[in-house]
Amino acid sequence: MFVSPPAVPESGSHSDFSGVGADVTASCRCLISCSGGPCGIFSCRQPDSPDTRMSWPALYNQLVGANRHSTSLGKIWLSVLFIFRVMVLVVAAESVWGDEQSDFTCNTLQPGCENVCYDQFFPVSHIRLWCLQLVFVSTPTLMVAMYVAYRNHRDKKRLLQGSGRAGFLSNKGQDGELETLKKRRLPIAGALWWTYACSLVFRLLFEGGFMYALYVVYDGFQMPRLVQCDQWPCPNLVDCFISRPTEKTIFTVFMATASSICMVLNMAELAYLVAKAITRGLCGQKERKASSRNPAERGFRIRTTRS
Amino acid sequence: MNWASFYAVISGVNRHSTGIGRIWLSVLFIFRILVLVVAAESVWGDEKSGFTCNTQQPGCNSVCYDHFFPISHIRLWALQLILVSTPALLVAMHVAHRRHVDKRLYKLSGRSNPKDLEQIKTQKMKITGALWWTYVISLVFRIIFEVTFMYVFYMIYPGYKMIRLVKCDSYPCPNTVDCFVSRPTEKTVFTVFMLAVSGVCILLNIAEVVFLVGKACSKHLNNAGDSTMGAWIQQKLCSY
Repeated sequence: MFVSPPAVPESGSHSDFSGVGADVTASCRCLISCSGGPCGIFSCRQPDSPDTRMSWPALYNQLVGANRHSTSLGKIWLSVLFIFRVMVLVVAAESVWGDEQSDFTCNTLQPGCENVCYDQFFPVSHIRLWCLQLVFVSTPTLMVAMYVAYRNHRDKKRLLQGSGRAGFLSNKGQDGELETLKKRRLPIAGALWWTYACSLVFRLLFEGGFMYALYVVYDGFQMPRLVQCDQWPCPNLVDCFISRPTEKTIFTVFMATASSICMVLNMAELAYLVAKAITRGLCGQKERKASSRNPAERGFRIRTTRS
Repeated sequence: MNWASFYAVISGVNRHSTGIGRIWLSVLFIFRILVLVVAAESVWGDEKSGFTCNTQQPGCNSVCYDHFFPISHIRLWALQLILVSTPALLVAMHVAHRRHVDKRLYKLSGRSNPKDLEQIKTQKMKITGALWWTYVISLVFRIIFEVTFMYVFYMIYPGYKMIRLVKCDSYPCPNTVDCFVSRPTEKTVFTVFMLAVSGVCILLNIAEVVFLVGKACSKHLNNAGDSTMGAWIQQKLCSY
């Protein structure tokens, strides 16, 4: 019943990202690691630990690591995503759709008619669409994690180069600096702000896109009890009955509602980031105006900002 | 994400709960989630395949099953358990926010050494002030969700007994056909069990609300008592 989180892969041939915070690096290693296996997000495979297969808990661990650099709304979004969408999908929805094809019955004995009609009315199952939606919607967060890892790597390089140039710097001092580098939380400003905002925009696009696709493919969110099919090899217009249509409608509406709540949270987060950037810009402008009015102070301010 | 990961997430909140809250969490996980996963799911496992109607008309089984079971008990319980557990996360968010604020205050006051910051992480928050309100609101939501689901259950399945036979005449059934439900007695036993435990959880939540309100009132009275005592002492001293 209890699942342990996957082990973080040890650094192999990638010295570039070694030593950086495990929570952020783990996501990057999993994305780019090509050590002995296929590249891509599904290659978090250690030869000695078969339990590091990619699964919902593994994705959860990746995203929680990246979550440290999110805003509060981002953290709420992650909880809503995993509790009300992934969890409901895994513990409830998958069993509702479990017998969707085996219990799809058509009023005919003609072999092949049921298969063909099922395929006609269910080109992609709801469950698969939701799985894809959840995976696509989660991955922009990894963009942010990758950027943070890159920044940490760059700062670490600078620190090491700086200490090398300065000559002697005690090991303890350097280790302390590296630890603070690993543990610090970067403020969402500058390039990180743009990366974060882009990830939010992508999340919104994916959510909206998948909801629209579900609506178009299934002609609304309601599942009918009966569909009429006349595809070859069905001999004529046959009645085909869908299994558990009411329960499926209930869960479709639930998942659509949860998806809308997530979209609202993403829009609120984007609005918050834009507002924060505007106020920061205005405050910065005010300071610059104030300092330009008082030249005596300007010298002092310049000296203090440089230090 | 499965019940195990969910347990890991929710039990983290346990540290900031009262004693009754911890009992509630144990009852939830042992008598509800565990019973659901190890026992109830297998009872309802063949609910559709074992639902048989006295007809060979294709589609009649599906339609009659859908008519009498719009949503399975198992899914209702799963949704109930998820919704009932999530108000605890409000408390977790509040605690995280408070810790963040404390950390900032420490840093501003110059006490930013790692020991002090570690202490903030590990100290147990007292349920006072705004946290008290968040906690009570989360308890009220829990009670509301529990009662709502019990009501929904009663509306969809009037009476908590599972009947052996249902009569169905929806299209395409040719006439009124007899349909037989699989394992009705076992389902009734588990339904009654889950409802009883749900009732126990409601009582625990009510007891916790009463305990918190009582604690807050007694604290308020003590403080009020002290201040009137203090004022009286001060008055007596000043009069000499």
